[in-house]
Amino acid sequence: MKGLFWQGANRLVAASIIAAASFAVTAHAESVLRVAMTAADIPDWTGAPDQGYEGYRFAGYTMYDALALWDLSSSDKAADIVPGLAESWAVDPKDPLTWTFNLRKGVKFHDGCTWNADSAIWNLDRVKNSKALQYNARHAGMQGWAVGAVSSYEKVDDYTIKIHSTVPASMLPYSMAMLYMISNCKVTESGNNYGKFAEHPAGTGPYMFDKLVPHERLELVKNPNYWNPTRIPKNDRLVLLPMPEASTRAAALMAGQVDFVEAPSPDTIPALKGAGMQIITVPYPHNWDYLLRMNKGPFSDVRVRRAANMAINRQDVVDMLQGIATPAYNTLIESQPWYGNPVVYEYDTEKATALLKEAGCYPCKIKIGISTSGSGQMQPLPMNELVKEQLDEAGFETELVPMDWNALISVFFQGSGASDFDGINFSMAPIDASQGIVNKWMTTAAPPNCCNWGFYKNPEVDKLGLEAMAEFDPEKRNAILTKMNDTVMADAPELFIVHDLNPRALSPKLTGFVQAQSWFQDLTPIVVNP
Amino acid sequence: MWVYVFRRLLMTIPILLGVTIICFALVKLAPGDPVQNLVRPETSPEDIAKLQAHYGLDKPLVIQYFVWLWRVLNGDLGVSIANNAPVAREVLNAFSNTIVIALISVVIAFVLSMIFGIAAAYRPGSLLDKAITAVAVFGISVPTFWLGVVLVIIFAVDLNWLPATGMGSKGSDDFSYFRIEDLKFAIMPIIAFALPPFAIMTRTTRSSISEILNQDFVQTLRAKGLSEFHVICHAVRNMMPAGAAMLGLQLGYLIGGSVLVETVFTWPGTGFLINKAILTRDIPLLQGTILVLAAAFVLINLVVDLLQSLIDPRIKRI
Repeated sequence: MKGLFWQGANRLVAASIIAAASFAVTAHAESVLRVAMTAADIPDWTGAPDQGYEGYRFAGYTMYDALALWDLSSSDKAADIVPGLAESWAVDPKDPLTWTFNLRKGVKFHDGCTWNADSAIWNLDRVKNSKALQYNARHAGMQGWAVGAVSSYEKVDDYTIKIHSTVPASMLPYSMAMLYMISNCKVTESGNNYGKFAEHPAGTGPYMFDKLVPHERLELVKNPNYWNPTRIPKNDRLVLLPMPEASTRAAALMAGQVDFVEAPSPDTIPALKGAGMQIITVPYPHNWDYLLRMNKGPFSDVRVRRAANMAINRQDVVDMLQGIATPAYNTLIESQPWYGNPVVYEYDTEKATALLKEAGCYPCKIKIGISTSGSGQMQPLPMNELVKEQLDEAGFETELVPMDWNALISVFFQGSGASDFDGINFSMAPIDASQGIVNKWMTTAAPPNCCNWGFYKNPEVDKLGLEAMAEFDPEKRNAILTKMNDTVMADAPELFIVHDLNPRALSPKLTGFVQAQSWFQDLTPIVVNP
Repeated sequence: MWVYVFRRLLMTIPILLGVTIICFALVKLAPGDPVQNLVRPETSPEDIAKLQAHYGLDKPLVIQYFVWLWRVLNGDLGVSIANNAPVAREVLNAFSNTIVIALISVVIAFVLSMIFGIAAAYRPGSLLDKAITAVAVFGISVPTFWLGVVLVIIFAVDLNWLPATGMGSKGSDDFSYFRIEDLKFAIMPIIAFALPPFAIMTRTTRSSISEILNQDFVQTLRAKGLSEFHVICHAVRNMMPAGAAMLGLQLGYLIGGSVLVETVFTWPGTGFLINKAILTRDIPLLQGTILVLAAAFVLINLVVDLLQSLIDPRIKRI
């Protein structure tokens, strides 16, 4: 009898222990956020992301911080920069070539190493000083441009550094937001071998590296000690999966294999909505356009460029995309501070035809390079077919030359002088005034230096650009940049078509995501509900 | 026999060299530069030049090729330009993901094609023959990527029976064909992989068997009073050398990687890897993958040739 009692009691105790244990397990069940990226491969995760800004979005700002960071907390305005690993910065009032950055105290890298001026200088050397042990040609290729205008730098004290530029560079903090700070201790410990560093990289970001299956998945975990308490992730684990096929991404979301999908294709959106998924769209600095060759050929005549812009019925393109884009009349989107009051070339086929006849180019033969896919290129084939149809209706004779994305990148890098294309369909990211205006339209930005592919040339614009770079008061600088952009737009230097609305599809389980008007997004506030 | 094997293996060397030269030249002829994937438009020409030097891409093409060849002869396939990982490791991982699924698919396809092919050949022109021929023609005509997407829509999205993509919740590192949960990930790729070889082999089996059944010796067998089952066995035995040859070819094609099927299912095999390497102009990775695949193809053919002489004593290898 007694034996039976004890047996029963034992079972009861065992059962309660198991129950308590399983409760504990449920209470601490790890919340996992699984993201399907459009990238064909996992972007470089050692602090120099490739694969366009998608790489920065998922393998950059998740694990790493920069001196300045993008404020991604709002959907209502174009994102701007805020202090990051630097608490503040200022240009020397007496010397416009010298900036002082005051670094944040009390920040630790994921490996426990302390962030200070030595780490900052070490990181600048990593991409700038080819004699430094930690210099890395890949990192310099991907991130070195951020310090392109920098001539030298030095440590002032443990938490202050000075950066000198070759010319006045009022937009330097924006560049500094693109240069990730990686753990100098970890790289040194790896014998400056970045292959070894890649096995367990360390930054200061809100997520920490956990594991990687090459080409398949990158798993990050929450950094519970992140220096900014408001950005400690509300999910425990972030799993990043490359899925270049749009239909595969949609299927994976509907089959419950992922929770967050980048760029669902327009034709899958109704099905995703029908399955209860959240479709989120928000404008961001994206521009689906034709860059035009202006140093020779038909587009060297401003009338032909205006005619092309008037030939486009943008609403048709938007409708074809089921509303995941907005009509574009400018490189910038309206919420950016430099949008101003630009000339808008509205759709008017008759006027376009008249302009072409006036310019003596009718029918006007043009050859356009397009890609079959690519970062930011949306649905290039059907969209270009539609654009061609509209251009031809106004009197152009458009020849589309399709090629793969890598080949088009090559055409872009060489500039319009090296090929016989009158234009290329090449999406760019005007995320700040440097990338959206100064480095796009100044003569000094012509290839091979940077991004003025079609050799746009306007002395007034060059003058305004120099003024903007030397103006350190943000408001005054914005006024100059606005004037500069308006001046450029009057010359119709691009064929503006649409701005992407950056659709994302989220599982109904997710809450808390705020889609910023940016190429970068903050995944930390996302809550994965059971 | 051993002399034959040795001679065949020796012959693979010029074949492999030829394959790599063609592939090297083709990738170089294509516009685009691997380094441009690793820089930004704002990157200075000096930084780009340093990066090119870092990967040895600043040297003339012929030199690049021989540098690569010398390394390969020393057992080093180089490192991937895209992610700095050793190419040998990348290729072997992908190869191991493809070979198993290709073997399973080709065995399933072979078994089914034998059954269906013989059934169709036994009564040519019958309803069964027509039905089987229709299935085979469908299998040859349907693009596998389309089939893949349709399978995903039916079994993953609508019925929710099978997962849509990938190799399990932990990736290929932790994948086992002996675990039901993992095996589920392989079912749809296997179907998409197996359909074209199944269709092709069914057609071949049908025509070979029906041809054999019309030969004089079959009549003799029947006249001797052999049962129909034994007659078929004789016919099958006669068709085996041809069957082994097509089995080898199909396996070779599958290992070459069905780029489309692997992309649709995000199956991290050789097809997936080659596709990625071409798109990013990752020359070392592309070279390494093609070399391994060409070697596998040659070896499979060798094995098939040797098997044939075992099956059919008329074929003598000296």
